[in-house]
Amino acid sequence: MKTENQKAWFFVLPVLLLVAFNALIPMMTVVNYSVQETFGNNVFFFEGLRWFEQLLNSERFHAALGRQFMFTGIILAIEIPLGIIIALSMPRQGFWVPVCLVLMALPMLIPWNVVGAMWNIFALPDIGLLGYLMNTTLGINYDMTQSPFAAWATIITMDVWHWTSLVVLLSYAGLVSIPDAYYQAAKIDGASPFKVFRYIQLPKMKQVLTIAILLRFMDSFNIYTEPFVLTGGGPGNSTTLLSIDLVKIALGQFDLGPAAAMSLIYFAITLLVSWLFYTLMTKDDAK
Amino acid sequence: MFGWMAWTWPTILFFCGLFTAMAIITFIEIRYPGTSERKGVLGLTTTRGDRLFLSLLGAAYIFLAWIFFFGMPLWGPLAISIGWGVFCFWKV
Repeated sequence: MKTENQKAWFFVLPVLLLVAFNALIPMMTVVNYSVQETFGNNVFFFEGLRWFEQLLNSERFHAALGRQFMFTGIILAIEIPLGIIIALSMPRQGFWVPVCLVLMALPMLIPWNVVGAMWNIFALPDIGLLGYLMNTTLGINYDMTQSPFAAWATIITMDVWHWTSLVVLLSYAGLVSIPDAYYQAAKIDGASPFKVFRYIQLPKMKQVLTIAILLRFMDSFNIYTEPFVLTGGGPGNSTTLLSIDLVKIALGQFDLGPAAAMSLIYFAITLLVSWLFYTLMTKDDAK
Repeated sequence: MFGWMAWTWPTILFFCGLFTAMAIITFIEIRYPGTSERKGVLGLTTTRGDRLFLSLLGAAYIFLAWIFFFGMPLWGPLAISIGWGVFCFWKV
């Protein structure tokens, strides 16, 4: 039998300790909170699985969960195809490559709360550039502080603006890694641009697209800062996504038990969907 | 030292079970290396760790679904979860 060098374990040990302190131990504390009630001062009362029962049957939770899935579904349906289209139309060589890459990367460099604040000011109906243009110049009634539809349109546009670049950059990396020989072969066979895309570019981008979809799913499913700064969950509750509702319960109402139960369900959903995505998209490679 | 973590006996037992399960599969891996990778009935290639993960994640959903549809008591989902776990290690 071959003896393996096990020293590598010492190199991952610091990371393991760090993860234990910033993720594992807080997560265990959340599990502990989820079965108890507290009124502060570190005094707890055991409640069993009552919060889970209450939460799973609560209209408010169902509504927030529905909104969360709708948000994630819409932004994925827009950002993934749009990202691929932009990546396909970007130049592969020459002067414009770095210009395009830097322009694409710019939105991602802006801190999330700044993005929220920027779009908030941009979209305000009276002083914002977009709001003023829509209402006064184009005569379209657009007020994200009053109309749920306008609020949704704004948070989705904001997310598309902020994160399509990630899909673009990943797809672009996949595209430039395709050797020229593939395109030459396709040219000899007289393949149409669509066939080139379907049988050469898309399969070669599959790996990076898997990562792009996974990252966009997780980030958008856990999104908090941008919609919180932009709409604050309003008007009414129309843009109260799961994380915003969670913070309202945990910090606004100081219901730590129910909030912990909600976090665990939230975590279970993220875990399952990420696992499904990853498994389904890498299934064929394992053969 | 652990006072701030608000421990309760049920959660202590839960985590002991979880870490014991992880320790057991680590021990089996050291004893019989190779992760026992195979292609199961769901068409997925799974290792021992994957099967444990699926058993636990599945159990969480079985319990949540039971609480949603029927509420207490929870002997039913416990039995289903054990069955699911056996299925995972046996067939998946």
